[in-house]
Amino acid sequence: MFNTALTLADLGFLLQGALMTLAVTAVSVTAGTVLGIIFGVVRNQVGPYWAAPLTFVLDIFRSVPLLIQLVLANAFQAIAKLGWAPFTTSCVVLSLYTAAYCTEIVRGGISSVPPTTRRAARSLGMTWWQDMRYIVAPLATRVSLPSWIGLTLGVMKDSALVLWLGLIELLRASQVLVTRLQEPLLILLICGAIYFLISFPIARLGGYLEKRWSND
Amino acid sequence: MIEIQNVRKSFGSLEVLKGIDLTVNKGEVLTIIGGSGSGKSTLLTCINGLEPIDAGRILVDGTEVHAKSTNLNKLRSKLGIVFQQFNAFPHLTVLENVMLAPRKVLGLSKEKAEENAVKQLTHVGLGEKLGVYPTRMSGGQQQRMAIARALAMSPEYMLFDEVTSALDPQLVGEVLDTLRMLASEGMTMICVTHEMKFAREVSDRVAFFHKGVMAEIAAPEALFGAPKDPELQKFLAATH
Amino acid sequence: MFSYTFHWNQALKALPQMLDGALVTLQVALLSMVIGLALALALTACRLSGNRILGGFATAWVEIARNTPALFQIYMAHFGLGNFGIHLSPYTALLAGIAFNNAGYLAENFRGALKAIPDTQTRAGRSLGMTPVQAFRYIVLPQMLRIAFLPVTNQMVWAILMTSLGVTVGMNTDLAGITQELNARSFRTFEFFAIAAVIYYLIAKAVTLAARLLAARMFRY
Repeated sequence: MFNTALTLADLGFLLQGALMTLAVTAVSVTAGTVLGIIFGVVRNQVGPYWAAPLTFVLDIFRSVPLLIQLVLANAFQAIAKLGWAPFTTSCVVLSLYTAAYCTEIVRGGISSVPPTTRRAARSLGMTWWQDMRYIVAPLATRVSLPSWIGLTLGVMKDSALVLWLGLIELLRASQVLVTRLQEPLLILLICGAIYFLISFPIARLGGYLEKRWSND
Repeated sequence: MIEIQNVRKSFGSLEVLKGIDLTVNKGEVLTIIGGSGSGKSTLLTCINGLEPIDAGRILVDGTEVHAKSTNLNKLRSKLGIVFQQFNAFPHLTVLENVMLAPRKVLGLSKEKAEENAVKQLTHVGLGEKLGVYPTRMSGGQQQRMAIARALAMSPEYMLFDEVTSALDPQLVGEVLDTLRMLASEGMTMICVTHEMKFAREVSDRVAFFHKGVMAEIAAPEALFGAPKDPELQKFLAATH
Repeated sequence: MFSYTFHWNQALKALPQMLDGALVTLQVALLSMVIGLALALALTACRLSGNRILGGFATAWVEIARNTPALFQIYMAHFGLGNFGIHLSPYTALLAGIAFNNAGYLAENFRGALKAIPDTQTRAGRSLGMTPVQAFRYIVLPQMLRIAFLPVTNQMVWAILMTSLGVTVGMNTDLAGITQELNARSFRTFEFFAIAAVIYYLIAKAVTLAARLLAARMFRY
């Protein structure tokens, strides 16, 4: 196994792939979270009845395979002559995908704040915005953060699928090397180790926060 | 006969039983009173073999509970125990709760187990609740079900560990009535309780535990009427 | 902007073929769940055994399954095992990858469910003379499965969505695979994949609904 044709340059190639994975994840999670917060607040404000169309659309992103979503979006941007690069298409799809899950997390977080607490805030003369900003946001964040960390890691792992659009992220980079060097096990193990090293510590942090915050 | 001989038990550095000697005869009703942390509940779980002991012996009809050769599961069918929390099995109906152990442990047929369970449940006044899930019942009803569940194993001894402590005050009475009924039927019982009036009424003997020691044991009239131990005097003064 | 003409008729003609693929999709998902559930129970038993080697093995499995992409796990089954001279067909590699993934997530669900069942339940069973195995089998397990039912349902939906990854290792009999083949022949990408998306959506909803009905029948308490 140590008798390998793998060179330092190849490792650099893998790391470049990992950077691409992180870039796609960072863009998508950022955009998806912003959208998710907006959708989540809207859903909470207008009630389930008026939010039904939004709920329905977001649910589609959670019930159709991501791979299919990517292919569809790519075909759509070609048809609409948008001229998007695979990176753009990937980020758009993953952002909406993230937003669909994030909306649920935000909604759950907001509804975990007891109405009595909110009424207390309003009775002190706080505006809706002040109530949201100083009472709801801190409490809801506490409840939502572990799930949000889970979501971020989920998106990081799911971002592997953008290889189907030709984007050379970590898994695709590994595949390229496998094809060239014919050492699938070694290269895939390195690839898996990189994913694991990114994901595991953050997952542990999420678990720790959840435990610590649920105890009081 | 249950013989408890010089039993010691510690949780970490905390010694909760500091050498208990006590014999309970067949047909006797013994109640144990005492403050929290006196070790009285621990003793019950040790008699049942749910907790190991550090020194001494507990013999049930001559069988040593904590001996390696003892078949605890078999012994336990002789020793019914009911806890403070009712521990109803939430996924089973009242009838199924009572039928489960006789079927799986004693190997009774379904018909036999059901017949017996219906009898025990009727006995504790739950004959109307057979198909109900325990979560739909009051605490008092759940606790009576737990008693019927233990009785269904045809135990020779019943251990009651503060069975009314987790109940709302208005539900205590129905459970105590069930215990009184069992006592009048001649069941051998050890009850750890905070209900002094009940202890006075049903007991043949009352034991007072304090900080892991059995400080006094006597017939109820003597123990409540003329307590000798200064801690017991303080305890009784505080609970009246 | 839209100079493209949609050819829905041509795509809809392939519907029977795609529905056949949907059956394969459902089959792979169901099989992967059955295998995954069995493995998850075994992993849970390993974790509860108190044996350090078994426990470590189970924990490693769970953490790898949860901290690497499902697609990576399928690649491992398909390409990685080649080093040992094991060459799995796309179908088997897909099934193995998803089952591995399911087992890890389900074992973690089981662990959470077990935590939610108070120790006093086991104690109550033991006090009635049950052996540890009996107490687990008749008291803890049914309650665990109830608590874990919703997460298990979610995992089933995940399994359905994950089957679409098979196409990346050459699977061509499931819904995604067939759709891709049709697409390669006609280049009607949008039409075919839109129909596939609708089918996936309907399968996912049907499974969720079925699970809900099943839960209402199974859990009456």
